[in-house]
Amino acid sequence: MSYFRAENLSLHFGGLKAVDAVSFAVEKGEILSIIGPNGAGKSSIFNLISRIYRPTSGRIFFEDQDITEEPPYDIAKLGIARTFQNIELFENATVLSNLLVGRHRHSTTQLWQELLFLPSVRANEKVHRRRVEQVIEFLDLEPYRDKLISGLPYGVRKVIELARALCSEPKLILLDEPSSGLNVEETDDMSFWIRDMRSELGVTVLMVEHDMSLVNRVSDRVIALNYGRVLAMGSPAEVQQHPDVVAAYLGA
Amino acid sequence: MRFLFKTDYEDDIKLFPHSGYVVSYGILLALLLIAPYVLSSYLMSQLVFVCIYAIVGVALLILTGFTGQASLGHAAFLAIGAYTAAYLQKYNVPFPVYFLAAGLLTGIIGAMVGFPALRLTGIYLVIATISFALIVEEILARWESVTNGNEGMRVKTLSLLGVAVPRDSPTFYYLCLAVLVLTIVGTLNLLRSPTGRAFVAIRDSETAARSMGVNVALYKVKSFAISAAITGFAGVLFAHKLSFISPEMFTLQLSIEFIIVILIGGTFSLHGAVLGAIFIVMIDPFLTYLKDDMPGIIAGIAATFGASPATAGNIQSNVAAFASLNGLKGAIYGIIIVLFVLFEPLGLYGRWLKIKLFFQLFPLYKRATFKRQKIYVKSERNR
Repeated sequence: MSYFRAENLSLHFGGLKAVDAVSFAVEKGEILSIIGPNGAGKSSIFNLISRIYRPTSGRIFFEDQDITEEPPYDIAKLGIARTFQNIELFENATVLSNLLVGRHRHSTTQLWQELLFLPSVRANEKVHRRRVEQVIEFLDLEPYRDKLISGLPYGVRKVIELARALCSEPKLILLDEPSSGLNVEETDDMSFWIRDMRSELGVTVLMVEHDMSLVNRVSDRVIALNYGRVLAMGSPAEVQQHPDVVAAYLGA
Repeated sequence: MRFLFKTDYEDDIKLFPHSGYVVSYGILLALLLIAPYVLSSYLMSQLVFVCIYAIVGVALLILTGFTGQASLGHAAFLAIGAYTAAYLQKYNVPFPVYFLAAGLLTGIIGAMVGFPALRLTGIYLVIATISFALIVEEILARWESVTNGNEGMRVKTLSLLGVAVPRDSPTFYYLCLAVLVLTIVGTLNLLRSPTGRAFVAIRDSETAARSMGVNVALYKVKSFAISAAITGFAGVLFAHKLSFISPEMFTLQLSIEFIIVILIGGTFSLHGAVLGAIFIVMIDPFLTYLKDDMPGIIAGIAATFGASPATAGNIQSNVAAFASLNGLKGAIYGIIIVLFVLFEPLGLYGRWLKIKLFFQLFPLYKRATFKRQKIYVKSERNR
């Protein structure tokens, strides 16, 4: 059985088939990229996995467990974290508290304990902060840790989103266009981090990406989508030479 | 300028970032403790109201400032707390018991208001909370067997462990101050733990909060319940301070006053609740002073500029008639809110921070430091 599996996943908005009977599997420790023209249904698949949308039909399995009916907040508890294409950070909070929200799925303390700030809460806080500092070090975010998000440039926000997802210690991470809006150097950094995430933190990566150089550098396998359907699946080179993919991008 | 070097996780967790805070808050607390022996009884009474308004302000900050859920129904929560105290007092329930019972009951009702509010945001939530407040007001007026209807209820003198605590005694002031301090410390504890961060996350982006594992519905209800419970505690103190309660005390205007407390104080910090409470309690005597003295002063000025005694008398009576118009107070409150939203959106506490920074950075302060900047626009939000 595969680590993560989508079976015949469909999402219809009235007559529009945003995602149409898509099936794919992600193996543990793999970096799988989803590519496709605008409107192909890439982000919709992510929104189906993180339960922002309900699938019209089809099932999603993670670690042999059916997660199609789980509520959205439980998806994170199972160990699936995500980033957003248009950054969704907590704007009026510091970088540190943004990252600490990423730790939410590991919080075990009760409300009354927190009101009194009992020693158990304090001990938990220290554990959270230690993990957060490790992520800050991993992604070189030290200069920004006490800054408000609303004053930070786009490139840094993109990294903070990745950091917030990593703070939840995910098993599977969904990256929605990690390099969009980044310059060449920042994209280089991103590609190193994605590979390091897999090798050092043991995270499985599923990502949507337009930048083919990044896709080629990091991914083990690529899925090409168009009009909500899978066109091709395989190694980056295979997919890029597939006649249907060429037709979708360049027009037949 | 002070630089903080953090060497331990404790440095980010502790309530006082450095020793300067301990000294200044220590001095403030000492001044508040000796206040009953220094200030006049009128000012002491005002100080008690500042404490009560500040408690409600903190409660409203939890809900509106940190969770981002607006409420114009807090006068109703205050009323429920006050009436619970007055009702239980009739059956000789001791103060600690009915104090806690009022908080608990108000908290439960707050959670019940929170449930239908889950699907509402922004202006629709405001309308829902106004309707709740109107319903409560109506129930208080009609449920005569419990609330004594429009005749109101008399609240007996507070008795703590068998000792009577009159509403103008220093002990009553210390009680209010203690409740305020405990509320602030509890709220600060909440804000530095996972629940408080979940509140802030919901305020800034529900989608992101959800995808990080925050049960948005549960935390919104929690926020409503906590905010209502604290307001219920304040209601008990309010009832004892006034010694008489009736439905027309808990109107929409009171809810608006609470909104003014946090808007004028500053919605991003608990300091705002206290500063706003001082403002709202002190504006009332100030307006009364203006109303009584302004007509005479204006007539005097007119006379010195050569107006005949008849014209001056005419001006005086016209200004006096204007000053005693019905609803003028509400209009003045409205103008104050508009002016603050337009010109001082960070409130009094924000102004204080700006002044402080000006002196810390002198002569390098630049006006743009606190300017809100939008670097990019969120184009596609998953709502």
